[in-house]
Amino acid sequence: MNKARSNPVSAAAMHGALIIYTLIALFPVFVILINSFKSRRAIFREPLSMPNSDSFSLIGYETVMKQGDFFLYFQNSMIVTVGSLFLILLFGSMAAFALSEYRFKGNMIMGLYLALGIMIPIRIGTVAILEMMVATGLVNTLWSLILVYTAQGLPLAVFILSEFMRQVSDDLKDAGRVDGLSEYTIFARIVVPLVRPAMATVAVFNMIPIWNDLWFPLILAPAEETKTLTLGSQVFIGQFVTDWNAVLSALSMAILPVLILYIIFSRQLIRGITSGAVK
Amino acid sequence: MSALTLKNVYKAFGDTEVLKDISIEVEQGEFVVFVGPSGCGKSTLLRVIAGLEEATAGEVHIDGKLVNTVPPSKRGIAMVFQSYALYPHLNVANNMSLALKQEGVSKAEIAERVQEASRMLQLDDYLKRFPSELSGGQRQRVAIGRAVVRQPKLFLLDEPLSNLDAALRVSTRLEIASLHKQLDATMIYVTHDQTEAMTLADKIVVLRDGRVEQVGSPMELYNKPANKFVAGFLGSPAMNFLPASLLKDGDTRVIGLRPEYIYLDENGPLSAKVQHVEQLGGDTNVIAMVGEHMVTVRLFGQHAIAPNQQLTLGFDPATLHYFDE
Repeated sequence: MNKARSNPVSAAAMHGALIIYTLIALFPVFVILINSFKSRRAIFREPLSMPNSDSFSLIGYETVMKQGDFFLYFQNSMIVTVGSLFLILLFGSMAAFALSEYRFKGNMIMGLYLALGIMIPIRIGTVAILEMMVATGLVNTLWSLILVYTAQGLPLAVFILSEFMRQVSDDLKDAGRVDGLSEYTIFARIVVPLVRPAMATVAVFNMIPIWNDLWFPLILAPAEETKTLTLGSQVFIGQFVTDWNAVLSALSMAILPVLILYIIFSRQLIRGITSGAVK
Repeated sequence: MSALTLKNVYKAFGDTEVLKDISIEVEQGEFVVFVGPSGCGKSTLLRVIAGLEEATAGEVHIDGKLVNTVPPSKRGIAMVFQSYALYPHLNVANNMSLALKQEGVSKAEIAERVQEASRMLQLDDYLKRFPSELSGGQRQRVAIGRAVVRQPKLFLLDEPLSNLDAALRVSTRLEIASLHKQLDATMIYVTHDQTEAMTLADKIVVLRDGRVEQVGSPMELYNKPANKFVAGFLGSPAMNFLPASLLKDGDTRVIGLRPEYIYLDENGPLSAKVQHVEQLGGDTNVIAMVGEHMVTVRLFGQHAIAPNQQLTLGFDPATLHYFDE
């Protein structure tokens, strides 16, 4: 920041506000993490204290490892999230390129139609989706989830990406055409690298809801071999007894992969949010 | 054989006609400049030649072949864009060699051609740099280099100098002129700047509202403009227009008189009142009013003339142009 404009008081106030926000946002995560390392009695006696030699216990993690196919659930969640993100970015960016680059009849209408999905929650169609999945024999497969999440993510992806692609210079694309690049190469080699921040934004927006979703796994793929992590963790939550150690341990482990994915995308994401703000 | 032939080319976007009945012949090795005010269709015409826009009607021949349905990369052209349009993720060498790789030219030949072009444009030190690490002038040279390596039958340049500052514009203009001589290539150059047109062109095509107003060498256009628009567009300061009735009663035509052909003459036919004086050192531009008509006079050398002074102006009648209004 410019030295002449930085003022210690306002800088302190700004950092103070951000630190308070960070603390509030991280508090639940922190509570989950510390309690996952405590015995059941310690969790209830002093939920906010750090684990010490008395209360430290790995019983929750042991339960999770022993009971249920935790690694399978983990793998299922990973496949579904990464698969859906890949398809959302692939189809979303291709549709956005067509909408932003080519003049054809109904271009506007098509764009609006594709954006309509932003306003209509996909869960309204759950019954119809289930019927479709039954008819096509996709119930209890990971594909059912990937397809639904792809459909859920596409409208926003097309909307955001087509806005960004409109800003890519026409001369650049024309230079590619004069140089003999095919439309696919222009898309993949010139336009996609330039809208990478926007793609990271779309990926992050879609990743977390997909990873955390309970609804569709419960309805479309509740079988043991296709359970996702969120659904798998539910075995520890009973109507009368809940194994909190196991639930907290499972949640702690569920945070990790999404955190890693987030870190991968976040560098791009920050650029995506600030791009256009500064010339 | 002519390098480029346009036959009755029309282009419309929806209901708006931007090019109307354009027919032009460009000879091998010629430097042709399309010039006109903004919105006259000159860039669209260049894009039609490049194949980036399709002509609504008419024929485009490059090197004797009809190319209406040929994609840009197969037309044997190379284009330099106003915004340079360098690929931001490729370094200078790769920017220049991309098209050759697409054509399937051998690695050894690509290296040789890139080297040749970079030597010609003094880019040797920058081959490994990325476009974002270059100045405007360097970027423009890379853009030109990218066209040169392809050894095209036709160079298309779309206002290549308009993003450069004034000093760089003059030096890059000289570079383009010497490049044209070195390569002996056919070049088509679009600009709205009449100085660039006059200094570079073998042949100027003046466009207005999608129509060709006049085609000819710079001196033909300067000496024998076909109409008032061409006369006013070429030459700086612009030609003065006065009603011919000032000189001869009853004449309804308009006379055109270039500022450089007017001189101070005590017995001259025009009396004028000085409005403003521009001292340029080598020249003095006097803006004066003849009655209610503004006249610019370009006097060679330095003159002590002050505003509100009365002048009598003379001219050689042979330098007069007559236009029908």
